[in-house]
Amino acid sequence: MTERVYLFKGFERFWHWTQAALIIFMMLTGFEIHGSYSNFGFEKAVNYHTIAAWSLVGLWVFAMFWHVTTGEWRQYIPTTDKVLAIMGFYSSGIFKGEPHPYKPTPLQKHNPLQRLTYLAVLTLLNPLLWISGWLYLFYADWSAWGLSALQLQWVATAHTIGAFLMLAFFISHLYLATTGHKVTTQLKAMITGWEEV
Amino acid sequence: MAIRSKRVVPLLKRAAFLGLTVLAAIGATGIAHAAEDPKPVKLTTTADHAKFKELQREFKTGPELTRACLSCHTEAAGQIHRTKHWKWEYLNVDTNQKLGKKSVINNFCISIASNQASCTSCHVGYGWKDNNFDFKAEENVDCVVCHDTTGNYKKPPGLAGNVVTKDMEFPAGSGKILKAIDLSKIAQKVGKTSRDTCGACHFNGGGGDGVKHGDLDTSMAAPDKALDVHMDASGLDFTCAACHKTSSHDVAGSRYTPTAKDSKGAHLRGASDNGNPATCVSCHSNGPHKKDARLNQHAGKLACQTCHIPAFARGGVPTKMNWDWSTAGKRDANGQHIVKKDEKGHIIYESRKGDFILAENVKPSYAWFNGQVNYTLLTDKFEKSDDKPTQINRLGGSATDGKSMIWPMKVFRGSQPYDPVNKTLITPHTAGNDDTGYWKNLNWQPAIEVGMKDSGAPYSGKFEFIKTEMSWPITHMVAPKEKALGCVECHANGGRLAGIEGVYLPGTHANTLVDKAGWTLVLLTLLGVLGHGAMRVVAARKVSGVSK
Repeated sequence: MTERVYLFKGFERFWHWTQAALIIFMMLTGFEIHGSYSNFGFEKAVNYHTIAAWSLVGLWVFAMFWHVTTGEWRQYIPTTDKVLAIMGFYSSGIFKGEPHPYKPTPLQKHNPLQRLTYLAVLTLLNPLLWISGWLYLFYADWSAWGLSALQLQWVATAHTIGAFLMLAFFISHLYLATTGHKVTTQLKAMITGWEEV
Repeated sequence: MAIRSKRVVPLLKRAAFLGLTVLAAIGATGIAHAAEDPKPVKLTTTADHAKFKELQREFKTGPELTRACLSCHTEAAGQIHRTKHWKWEYLNVDTNQKLGKKSVINNFCISIASNQASCTSCHVGYGWKDNNFDFKAEENVDCVVCHDTTGNYKKPPGLAGNVVTKDMEFPAGSGKILKAIDLSKIAQKVGKTSRDTCGACHFNGGGGDGVKHGDLDTSMAAPDKALDVHMDASGLDFTCAACHKTSSHDVAGSRYTPTAKDSKGAHLRGASDNGNPATCVSCHSNGPHKKDARLNQHAGKLACQTCHIPAFARGGVPTKMNWDWSTAGKRDANGQHIVKKDEKGHIIYESRKGDFILAENVKPSYAWFNGQVNYTLLTDKFEKSDDKPTQINRLGGSATDGKSMIWPMKVFRGSQPYDPVNKTLITPHTAGNDDTGYWKNLNWQPAIEVGMKDSGAPYSGKFEFIKTEMSWPITHMVAPKEKALGCVECHANGGRLAGIEGVYLPGTHANTLVDKAGWTLVLLTLLGVLGHGAMRVVAARKVSGVSK
């Protein structure tokens, strides 16, 4: 019998899936705005992307409140403990059927590699996307904000780089979600909150 | 008796009915007669010129009528004398170029030199047939060409702007009769200018309906809303002067010094810094889009016209896009002039003029434009280039000068005579029923000699044809807002603004270095996880095999 732990609380799961939907939708509309393909049409893509952006802002207001008040923000404090062991697991142990060297607990639900990755997303990738996105949205006010030296091209390029990194993260994230105890273990955990460890 | 009267009464009734019917019929024809008379002027004035004794007489010539006008409007001719409409002369103080129709050369009919008698049928004056015209004479001013409301006033080409008050054969011996007009009737109905009066010349610039501008042609005399939201004859019904507001007879809005970027905003009545009243901004301000702020930020770089005039020549009248003078002069087997027409009956070749390319619903070209226009004049020497057309007018502008906006243009191309020795353009004598006019004789050499002499410019005796190009900023035929350009017209690869530099257009940059690096990263990530996954599957089989 495997052990079950309750890792992801209700709000956390709501946050995760809403954010996932918004980010997927923003990648779809964003790459259309960028000119990579066409689906909704430029004008609608811009409008949808903007609506999704504001929805994400709203979601984050709640998410930040939740993280601060519950102390869950501590889940992202980085550690190097067992990092090498986990890297060893993904590069060799996983192929030999070895068990994952890290057992998540409600207080430390992310393994050290996850902590580092999510922290990087939170502190590097998100700010890149958010700051460039905000500037993009408020292009009309740049001169009023004293930013008339800023070029739309730089902001757009930064936002695009962020989008590519996000897409790469998204692909890895989807794949790594299959590397739990069983292929669907982590997906189930993210839906029900309970993970088999 | 009683029986008889019973019969008589219906008979009388019938007779009365018949009589009434006849009367009604007479009445109806009476009304029909009245409808043939010119319509009365709208009551926008307190003066009924029909009641003025000065106008209740016969006028044998235009100047005679003008003297009558000036007997009340004492300063009017003096005001006209100061305008471009009169002088056909304009000094651009920014470029120090002497412009105006007297000096500029274009790639349509080329130049007025030696062709005055024909060209000046669109002059606001009478009698400008050569360089000896008296520009000081007040009675030479033509008041009614702009103030006619009857539509009957005509200035036939070839008569130097004069009018015909007695039927005459013209050209002499041609058998063609020019019909007389009744100046007295026209004078008694004068009023404000209209789309028809301005259009009589400006719709027909370049020698015919819609030829020159592309955004001005006879379809604009009574346009519907879709063609021009402001001039919509059954809607706002703007006249030209609603925007081109005159001041002392000087008409606002200039092609020599256009206002490319109006940063002054909507006009405040009486404000001393009110600029050109003919710009969109002078009424609509610089932030006219109430619902979508994003459109107002577009207005920082795009002229209103760029989105709001999706195409020109939209009214069913084609405009000329190309005029190749080099093919002129062909004759048929009988030595006669040739005229070729397209399936719609528009001329596409004439021996007198060469080949034309016409077009309707034309998508404009776009360019940064700061309002500065430099012309290639007869005094300018330049080398002929085989691959690059000579710019008849060069429009200033760039993304970074702070004065430019992206404007829609009609780019008119052609080929015209050039003096390869003196390295200048050429002003040929085209119009005129004489021995040298090209349109009659189809012989360039004497036509050029006479034309260049009239221009006072040297001619080497040699000529060839060069390719030329002229840009016409588009500003009329403003569509209703529902018909303004959608985002995707520009925000797409190969969109309308492809090739415009200095502006980042989301939706058009899908193939940059960042994209290549980005997609490579995405692809490698994908390959990485797929590879890792495949190895897991293979390994899992081995492990299960071993455990078996």
